[in-house]
Amino acid sequence: MKKVLASLLAAAMALPLAACASGSGTAATTAGSSAVTTTAAATEESVGTTAAAESETQATTTKASETAGGGSVYYLNFKPEQADQWVALAAKYTEETGVEVSVVTAASGTYESTLKAEMGKTEAPTLFQVNGPIGYASWKDYCYDLTGTTVANEVTSDSFLLKDGSKIGGVAYVIETYGLIYNKAILEQAGYTAEDITSFTELKAVADDLQARKDELGIEGAFTSAGMDSSSDWRFKTHLANIPIYYEYKADGITSTAAIKGTYLDNYKQIWDLYLTDSTTDPKLLSSKTGDDAAAEFATGAAVFYQNGTWAYDQIKDNDVADEDIGMLPIYIGVEGEENQGLCTGSENYWCVNAQASEADIQATLDFLTWCVTNETGKTGLKDMGFVCPFNGFTDEFLPDNPLIAEANAYVAAGKTPVDWCFTTMPSEEWKNGVGSALLEYAQGTGDWDAVKTAFVDGWATEYAAANQ
Amino acid sequence: MQKSIRRYWPVFLLPTVLAFLIGFVIPFISGIALSFSEFTTITDASFVGLKNYLRLAGDSSFIHSLWFTALFTVVNVILINVFAYAVALLLTKGFRGTNIFRTVFFMPNLIGGIVLGYIWQLILNGILANFSRTLTYTAWYGFWGLTVLMCWQQIGYMMIIYIAGLQAIPTDLYEAAYMDGASASQVLFRITLPMSMPAITICTFLTLTNSFKLFDQNLALTAGQPSDMSELLALNIYNTFYGRTGWEGVGQAKAVIFFILVGALSVLQNVLTRRKEVQQ
Repeated sequence: MKKVLASLLAAAMALPLAACASGSGTAATTAGSSAVTTTAAATEESVGTTAAAESETQATTTKASETAGGGSVYYLNFKPEQADQWVALAAKYTEETGVEVSVVTAASGTYESTLKAEMGKTEAPTLFQVNGPIGYASWKDYCYDLTGTTVANEVTSDSFLLKDGSKIGGVAYVIETYGLIYNKAILEQAGYTAEDITSFTELKAVADDLQARKDELGIEGAFTSAGMDSSSDWRFKTHLANIPIYYEYKADGITSTAAIKGTYLDNYKQIWDLYLTDSTTDPKLLSSKTGDDAAAEFATGAAVFYQNGTWAYDQIKDNDVADEDIGMLPIYIGVEGEENQGLCTGSENYWCVNAQASEADIQATLDFLTWCVTNETGKTGLKDMGFVCPFNGFTDEFLPDNPLIAEANAYVAAGKTPVDWCFTTMPSEEWKNGVGSALLEYAQGTGDWDAVKTAFVDGWATEYAAANQ
Repeated sequence: MQKSIRRYWPVFLLPTVLAFLIGFVIPFISGIALSFSEFTTITDASFVGLKNYLRLAGDSSFIHSLWFTALFTVVNVILINVFAYAVALLLTKGFRGTNIFRTVFFMPNLIGGIVLGYIWQLILNGILANFSRTLTYTAWYGFWGLTVLMCWQQIGYMMIIYIAGLQAIPTDLYEAAYMDGASASQVLFRITLPMSMPAITICTFLTLTNSFKLFDQNLALTAGQPSDMSELLALNIYNTFYGRTGWEGVGQAKAVIFFILVGALSVLQNVLTRRKEVQQ
């Protein structure tokens, strides 16, 4: 009892002390600069292990754990779908190397707030993730420079690295693809194949026809409900909005901007209108439709088209739609030359190592990552999570069994140009919310398309300024 | 006994004081300090002076949620107290089954806010679907949805307090009024209401602060949709703190202002209703 009391007292005393320290800027900066010096030392060390790793991967894992010097790993996982698998993989690692790995998974949609809370603790996560340049900007003081580490060297292309000048802040660990998932069986029953759809005009013609014949085909609509509940609205305010942004960047030859012009907003309206009119659901009811609703509609064959990505396979498999009937089409929005457009492929999952963790913990974390991307057990673990990992070691046998991923690869093989994930350059969550709300109001008829334009164009400038002031 | 209490009082007091310190005083002070800082995690903040408060002034969502909350509070304080008082009056008349009714009316209060929010979301959306509407169609559907939910949850609780207040009124007052030939409305407005002022003070205080600080139900029922238009103050603060990168300090500043508002309002309300209380 005394001990408990004493520790409580100590905690009570330490708390205001911590608050004082954080209040004064100097204390924080000193801590920051000392972290920088340890960074340099650790980098040299890991360069050493990398060189060794190239010669004999298996041996390094055991050796690396020795150099870890009693550090431990704390991974704050983003993907709730893979929560149990991560824990299992961590247990295997601990069994093999003796290094403690704890995995905590944030509940869906609460990653940022959980990360914020966890990072403030003494036992902060040593491994976390950011969603791209925007996420990196808010966490850059916590991102360890991964230059020269195995995990950064093993990446198949530099485009999967999150770079900040010469610093590598994060490494993409899963590549995902999204597009229009469609039901081949119903499409064929209606007398169409995927080859009939290579542009927006053709997509609209097919969708309109399906919608008109929905009773005959036994469906409720061509498209699943474009639900604007927070579990589903990202499909439109983020993923669909990516396509006009991609084309604008492409036309202007840029990769990010402080002020979007909205050149392709009319195309955005076209596709959004199509989602609304050829739908299973009355647009007035969209505000309460969830992601699960849309997945269920597709999985039970009530709709033919479903805009989502490779990750959706887990939700739709083992239902009415057979695996061989699941396909994916590019999202055509009516831009010149779009018949060569492929699917949208990229990553918004970047591993970052906490630069403010202790040196031993950083080393332990890097070793764990090395193991994940080079060791057989680690690679199999990631494969079983359904991840397509952009690392050299992930040869064909480490591709997950997912027809959507096969489909995505087929498009690349056919020479179609993949659409980049430009949405990682969207200025803030607030911007997305603004666009999402305007889209919803337009859909319900309580707002007009001009509000979407305002949220898209003016909102971008305002939010960009707010984020970069 | 007296002596040992005098000697050992720290033993009895310490746990509570400690809990109060750790759970309230320290977070409160660091919260105020953080409202003058910029930070990503609360242990690593840098002082920026009044910047957060200046940014807050230009945040239209805060102003909107402020008046939305004010309106919500007014409507709820009136509705909940009027209904709770009426039900309490009915259930002190002594007809059969009074206790069952009291229990049933009180029960909603035993369910947590988040659960209630989701249950009512299902119910209300189910009803509204017949009219091609949802709770998040416009802010007003959310507003009235929340009001219905709050009334359902709070009336029973306030009713219990009112019943206790009503039962404490000495019966000789009623006998005297009856002898003097007072009408029912005279009895209500001249005796029952003034005599139950202490209960009214408590109930208005509780409903006022509950409505003003409402969070769970708001989050579960509408989550502020559409366009953050049905966002009450507490949710607005939460969304600013957790939802907007670089705005953590502004969220904290909002929380400080929120505290001042709730504090000032409840002191004002206490002074006003206390004045009406009569000595028995």
